[in-house]
Amino acid sequence: MNPAQPINADLVLSALVIVPAVSALLCLAVPRHMAKFAALLGSVLTGMISMLMLANFDSTVGVYQFVESYDWFGGISWSLGVDGISLFLVVLAGLLFPIAIAATETPENQGRFYSYVMMLLAGSMGAFLSLDLILFFAFFEVVLVPMYFLIGGWGHGDRIYAAMKFFLYTMAASALMLVGILALGVLTAGDSGISFHIEDIRSALAANPLSDTAAMLIFVSFMIAFAAKVPVVPVHTWLPDAHTEAPTIGSVILAGVMLKLGTYGMIRFGLALFPEAALELAPVFLTLGVVGIVYGAAVATVQKDLKRLVAYSSIAHMGFIVLGIFAFNSQGISGAVIQMVNHGISTGALFILVGWIYARRHTRQIAELSGLQKAAPVFAGVMTLVVLSSIGLPGLNGFVGEFLILMGAFNSARWWAVVAVSGVILAALYLLWAYQRTFHGSPEGNNATMPDLSIKERLAIAPLLVMIIGLGVYPNFMLERIEPTVDVLIASIEEADLDSGQFIETEPEAPASRAGKDGLIEELEKAESKSEGYGDDHGGDS
Amino acid sequence: MLELAWLIPGFPLLGALLNLAVGRRLGEPSSGWLAAAASGASFVTTVLVFNELRSLEAGERFHIEKLFDWITVGSFDVDAGLLIDPLSITMALFITGVGSLIHVYSVGYMHGDANFSKFFIYLNLFVTSMLLLVLGDNLLLTFLGWEGVGACSYLLISFWFTDKANATAGKKAFVTNRVGDFGYMLALFLVFESLGSIKYDDIVAGASTLAPVTATAIVLLFLLAATGKSAQLPLFVWLPDAMAGPTPVSALIHAATMVTSGVFLLTRLNPILAEAQVWALGTIAWVGAITALVAATAAVAQNDIKKVLAYSTVSQLGYLFLAIGSGGYVPALFHMITHAFFKALLFLGAGSVIHGMHHEQDMRKMGGLRKLMPITSATFIVGWLAIAGVPPFSGFWSKDEILLYAYNADAVGGKALWVIGLATALITAFYMTRQVLMTFFGKPRFSEDVHPHESPKTMTTPLIVLAGLAAVAGLLNLPFKGMHYLQEWLEPSLFGNEVHLDASSNSKILLALIATLVAVSAILMARKVYGTLGTGSFVPASGSEDEGKPMTVAQKIEKPILARAWGIDEAYSRLFGQLGEKLFHKFASFDRSVIDGAVNGVSKLASGVGTTLRVTQTGYVRNYLQFMAFGVIALGVWLLWRLFI
Repeated sequence: MNPAQPINADLVLSALVIVPAVSALLCLAVPRHMAKFAALLGSVLTGMISMLMLANFDSTVGVYQFVESYDWFGGISWSLGVDGISLFLVVLAGLLFPIAIAATETPENQGRFYSYVMMLLAGSMGAFLSLDLILFFAFFEVVLVPMYFLIGGWGHGDRIYAAMKFFLYTMAASALMLVGILALGVLTAGDSGISFHIEDIRSALAANPLSDTAAMLIFVSFMIAFAAKVPVVPVHTWLPDAHTEAPTIGSVILAGVMLKLGTYGMIRFGLALFPEAALELAPVFLTLGVVGIVYGAAVATVQKDLKRLVAYSSIAHMGFIVLGIFAFNSQGISGAVIQMVNHGISTGALFILVGWIYARRHTRQIAELSGLQKAAPVFAGVMTLVVLSSIGLPGLNGFVGEFLILMGAFNSARWWAVVAVSGVILAALYLLWAYQRTFHGSPEGNNATMPDLSIKERLAIAPLLVMIIGLGVYPNFMLERIEPTVDVLIASIEEADLDSGQFIETEPEAPASRAGKDGLIEELEKAESKSEGYGDDHGGDS
Repeated sequence: MLELAWLIPGFPLLGALLNLAVGRRLGEPSSGWLAAAASGASFVTTVLVFNELRSLEAGERFHIEKLFDWITVGSFDVDAGLLIDPLSITMALFITGVGSLIHVYSVGYMHGDANFSKFFIYLNLFVTSMLLLVLGDNLLLTFLGWEGVGACSYLLISFWFTDKANATAGKKAFVTNRVGDFGYMLALFLVFESLGSIKYDDIVAGASTLAPVTATAIVLLFLLAATGKSAQLPLFVWLPDAMAGPTPVSALIHAATMVTSGVFLLTRLNPILAEAQVWALGTIAWVGAITALVAATAAVAQNDIKKVLAYSTVSQLGYLFLAIGSGGYVPALFHMITHAFFKALLFLGAGSVIHGMHHEQDMRKMGGLRKLMPITSATFIVGWLAIAGVPPFSGFWSKDEILLYAYNADAVGGKALWVIGLATALITAFYMTRQVLMTFFGKPRFSEDVHPHESPKTMTTPLIVLAGLAAVAGLLNLPFKGMHYLQEWLEPSLFGNEVHLDASSNSKILLALIATLVAVSAILMARKVYGTLGTGSFVPASGSEDEGKPMTVAQKIEKPILARAWGIDEAYSRLFGQLGEKLFHKFASFDRSVIDGAVNGVSKLASGVGTTLRVTQTGYVRNYLQFMAFGVIALGVWLLWRLFI
């Protein structure tokens, strides 16, 4: 199977940006009560295009695929491409948006509301797909605007404060990145002029490396922007406020898709372009990652607001991703990519469920909820599954990334990993405790009559549950597509490591030869399979 | 047949899925029978696989059945694959065997429960996870089962979730086990780092290349994991609380199967244990011995019929660790099997009593049930004789074997271990006699509107079968020439790492005599202490002739120390519960006031600076000219400075 772009895939990636952008306009143009329908249509279409891209993705190579590039002006180009690192983030966005739209209530002024939502989809897609740094930056910044309006316009409580904080915080943090990008463009400009295309910059850097100071400064300017986006402790306080006050769909998109812009950027533009600087600052980011894991979990434990608790759990989960990225080996980075997707699924589902509780009970205060399992057993069952996924139960999706990250980190940054593993204990603590206080016990007051999930809600959440189980049982579906790209990245980092002579330890090697006994067993198995002739029917490619 | 081994966990999984789909519609009792049938089919498959395996040469009883590639990243490569060997099949046999009996029993016990079919979904899922745990061909698949049984245990302990205590117990079990999982994960990483693989066949092949220090670290980390799952010191505190679950759950998960998985894990990893420094094995043995003793003393002072059995389980599991640490893998497995029979029997018997007493669990309100519940009491008495170590019942043979190994384990402190083991045996016979007396003998102490009745056939039949097994299971491994069946069968899985004792028959007989003597005298002592009082306490009842005498040591420590299991649990909850929560609250307020305070401070600062600077924007040209003049002068001074000095 080697479908080297079998379909004429010229505009697949542009379509992923343009279709939601057009439907954003459509949401405003159609009669007001049709806006949700338009958004659903646009997002489903986008999701289908992303599945088409997935189906035709060549899992044997680690290069950009479906590449398209059109010069724009001043060295900036409309260059899109997808590889193993961005592939599943794009698919995740493509799937999560229609689910989130279907799963949440239609608000007032739905024309503008869904227009903003679709702008978010277009912007996220653009950011994940951009191969041009300026284009990336534009998308990276552009998504702030619709999210600002979603929180400010349709949020709860102190929504203006939260929206303003979110906007200013991430905007300020990324201001320096623009300077960094411009400097990078100027410093790498060759005879053919300035180019902001990532491959041009990479080959220019390979030919004429920057001075250590310049590389470090630019790397840091990038990392500040990404760290605030992830968010990494201690620049995280915008997140609980934004999450708590945002409408459900905003929280789902924020946690599921937008936070990943930060960790994605760390890999794509941090590690890939400045491996030496990344190696040098690795201890800093490993520490910040681990602090995020433990600190986020500890603070989550004592939250009184269910949504705020999930928000802090996000901080802990994103800490794992940062840890994995700076483990600099294929388990760590593949694990980080997987964890980005799985966190989107699990936390997205959690926010949807908390939103449903709020819609029914008009409160998110843990103290005011109790015994919901009695009134809504199906709701409770779904909640249990999602909670277990978020805790990282093996066999469900959440485990795979966490496990690979910790294993990778254990090999290259042992003591950080040891501390991080304790985060696994805390995750069980805060989520099960929250579940106990809200769903267990005997229901009091209005909790006793909380309606169970409707058919529509069951259908909306079902795809997420399927992914939770499916990706846990067969994670190789993702891993085999991610790995070739990660291998290329690792190779380039190892090269840098050779130059600078720093701390990566080599991965353990698979045992080259089995001992005699096992060889014998293999022989026996072969003989057996021949004589009985059951060959391939028990599964596979052994 | 071996290639169909996937059906062993496959049947109960199918049962769970079917019940998930149509369980509610099937209703009671059909959905229960469906689950029991799934478990039974799994048992039959296991028996067939067992037969097939037996027909192979001893050296070839090691078969890996790969299902599919599970996780492949870089050099890390694990399959979803099953390892069929004597060890895993032995485990699978008693898991599915005892499991099926408990399924049948549950059909009767859960009668009338609103969530009848849900109970059986969880039960089937549990059996599936447990089978994956023992059949997995690598550490990660075992971990999947390990966590799976933990999750099912959580769901089943908090099955009657409306009661806050049950929900708390479920959460406590899960979180405590997670502490153990911390050890499991680190050990797994260490194995991968040092051997490059986590498949058991690679571990067997490569273990001898491990440095002793590494092997020791791996063993101790896995021991931490095992103390969680198998409820040993320091992590045993969740098990007594876990009794909050329905009694069949206690029998299946918290006595017969799940809690043995720590011992299974250490047995499976015997090639690594063989490379570890001696003190690692010593740690295992001593953890087991001390746990056995501490838990047995706690069992003496419990009044809840299930709590006695819970502490007893902790204590008996301690024996298994003692055996492993003494190099006796076979005695550990032997006692694991006999314990599965007699402890499941005792729990189910207790369940039958609770059922007949309309959910009364306090033994002080029982008594004289022998005549009202003849089958339950007869079978319970068989279980009592087995656990007390009375020959020829099964517990005598298996416990004796462990004590023999401990006696000879000089490298880790053999004689002292043996004394502790013997003391535990004494206390075991003592508290079990107390339980039998308080429950089935003496005068009835329940109120008149309680009418205890014998349980239905679905419940008594499993009792009878288990009683038979508990009586004769000693036949598996008799200490006579040519009758070490279990030992010969398990040998291929142990790779010569078990200790082979060549103790003379004389010393064997002597030790066995001592043990028997101890058991019998403990029974007599208990009869003397509790036979007449009926209070189940060392402290005489008010109004009796002994009242007012000075308290003995036993009386003084009974309530404050033994009943509270030496206060270990309370110390934890004070340390981690109260202090931990306080610390976390500190973190949260730090987050609000310091970190977020700084953020808001910056924004205040920005607006403050803006307000201040606004004063300079007067709009008068003369002010701006003044500023300009100052600037020019300053610039001029600076230039002159640079040029001439």
